[in-house]
Amino acid sequence: MSTATARGNAPAVTNPSGGARKAADWARRAPLLPALIFTILVTQLPFVATIVISFMDWNAFHPEDRGFAGFGNYVRVFADPSLRSSVLITILLVVVVVGISLVLGMLIALLLDRNFMGRGIVRTMMIAPFLVVPIAAALLWKHALLNPNYGLFNGALTWIWSLFGSDNPPQPDWLSQMPLISIMASLIWQWTPFMMLILLAGLQSKPADAEEAARMDGANSFGIFRYLTLPHLRQYLELGGLLGAIYIVQNFDAVFTITSGGQGTANLPYTIYQAFFSAQDYGLASAMGVVVVIGTIIVATFALRTVSSMFKQEVGR
Amino acid sequence: MSTAQSTGMATVPGTNVSTSRSERRRREMKRSSPLWGLLAWIVGLLFVAPVLWMVLTSLHSETDAATNPPSLAAGLTLDGYRSFLDANPGVPLLNSLWASLVSTAIVLCLAIPAAYALSIRPVQKWSDVMFFFLSTKFLPVVAALLPLYLFSINTGLVDNIWLLVLLYTSMNLPIAVWMMQSFLSEVPVDMLEAASIDGAGLLRTLRTIVAPVAMPGIAATALICFIFSWNELLLARTLTATVAGTAPVFLTGFVTSQGLFLAQLCAAATVVSLPVLVAGFAAQDKLVQGLSMGAVK
Repeated sequence: MSTATARGNAPAVTNPSGGARKAADWARRAPLLPALIFTILVTQLPFVATIVISFMDWNAFHPEDRGFAGFGNYVRVFADPSLRSSVLITILLVVVVVGISLVLGMLIALLLDRNFMGRGIVRTMMIAPFLVVPIAAALLWKHALLNPNYGLFNGALTWIWSLFGSDNPPQPDWLSQMPLISIMASLIWQWTPFMMLILLAGLQSKPADAEEAARMDGANSFGIFRYLTLPHLRQYLELGGLLGAIYIVQNFDAVFTITSGGQGTANLPYTIYQAFFSAQDYGLASAMGVVVVIGTIIVATFALRTVSSMFKQEVGR
Repeated sequence: MSTAQSTGMATVPGTNVSTSRSERRRREMKRSSPLWGLLAWIVGLLFVAPVLWMVLTSLHSETDAATNPPSLAAGLTLDGYRSFLDANPGVPLLNSLWASLVSTAIVLCLAIPAAYALSIRPVQKWSDVMFFFLSTKFLPVVAALLPLYLFSINTGLVDNIWLLVLLYTSMNLPIAVWMMQSFLSEVPVDMLEAASIDGAGLLRTLRTIVAPVAMPGIAATALICFIFSWNELLLARTLTATVAGTAPVFLTGFVTSQGLFLAQLCAAATVVSLPVLVAGFAAQDKLVQGLSMGAVK
């Protein structure tokens, strides 16, 4: 019997009399209420307001035309090709960045789980990208690394080509030739350390005995990875993927800075931000917001169900 | 058989009695080929290179910063940092510090009692409450931006640092609740009961039984809340102007200047990132706990 289940069932059996039990229940709830009420007020109320505004004609450039719009804004949202493209861009960003960061993070975690000279230093170096403030990282990538004239990437190409005696190195204009890949690269650079840290913690919690036994029985390294390490890492991979997705879906800093949403790189947060600030179309921006929230709820329900099943396994263990 | 590890997503059977011994054996076994160590060093250097490049560029003159191929060996100067200081970074840096520290303090004051009511003496349906907190992290901030903007205009809170304190508190509270719940559920409940039977006072119980388990969790929570508040851009950019602008907003304003600006931009980026880099390097284990919302200890 696990303690957690015991604790979950604990209330209600203690007090037979109704009034005293109610008082005891409220005494239990009291410490929770400030945080719960605060969260409901600050996170839920604005969304209610967003829903109301989404049914209004409201453009700050034409304040005199404010009125009820019915589903007009929603029709415009679904008729607007730029919103559909920003949905695709958002999904693409999440899948590519989270996927590559997880794979790279796992490979690097496997490397760092070995014993070698300066392991602590390499780990510290690996963490550094995640600790650069996101907007600073985005500016660094745009101006110091990807700039076609004096960025580090093209500078390195010039230098490498000159080693081989060539003074005609390739000098791609990264931001205009591959804008989306540039954004993804900067995000992967920042998020691989995050995944690596979580997966390394997972590797180091793995009991060594099973692996030793498998080795005694003549299992090879790949077999050990496939049948011992990977199943053990599964919950860490899911955890990293979920948390990474939560943050990448909402990414604004990188898209805003590196391409300003140009050349088909606008994701959902950026598109809504634009509708709100440049177009001052409050009704349309709110309708987009509501659509995004509904989409997120659908996706999140599946994600939470996964987490929830892990959670139940854990509790019932 | 699990003990108090009902923490949620990925609980780790961390406290293994034979850990240190098997750990050592494993380490010895994996001292295989030095090539793997070399590869790890190369990968580590590749990842840290842009950061080192940022710091090096911040110490170059503007003309040396904008050469192709890069002038690695150019003379060092503090001119970039002087231009940065001339742009009056004091107010935005202090705003960031204030918003991050105060919101972190409020988050802890709200999250620790809530976590107590979700772990040590849990309310009914405590796991539903946990998932409510987590679900608020899924809601895109940008969808709440307009109401928040209109609210701040109408209440006169626009460009007011307290509005950011409030919003950063709500942004980090769910993470903090999850982390503290995960740590507090490791408090041995039978010892709490034994202490109350022995007549130990609340303060003594807190100090001797709860604090040793909770303190590392509080430190990790504070670190991660500080980092996320310090990094935040979208809300700060939308809801502040000259008075309450934070360091990330200040950074975005750095690019607009004409001509060469790479060295001073790198200097500014280095200074703004420095608190997070120092705190993160100093508390690497806390960083892992925080990033995983307490699921990995």
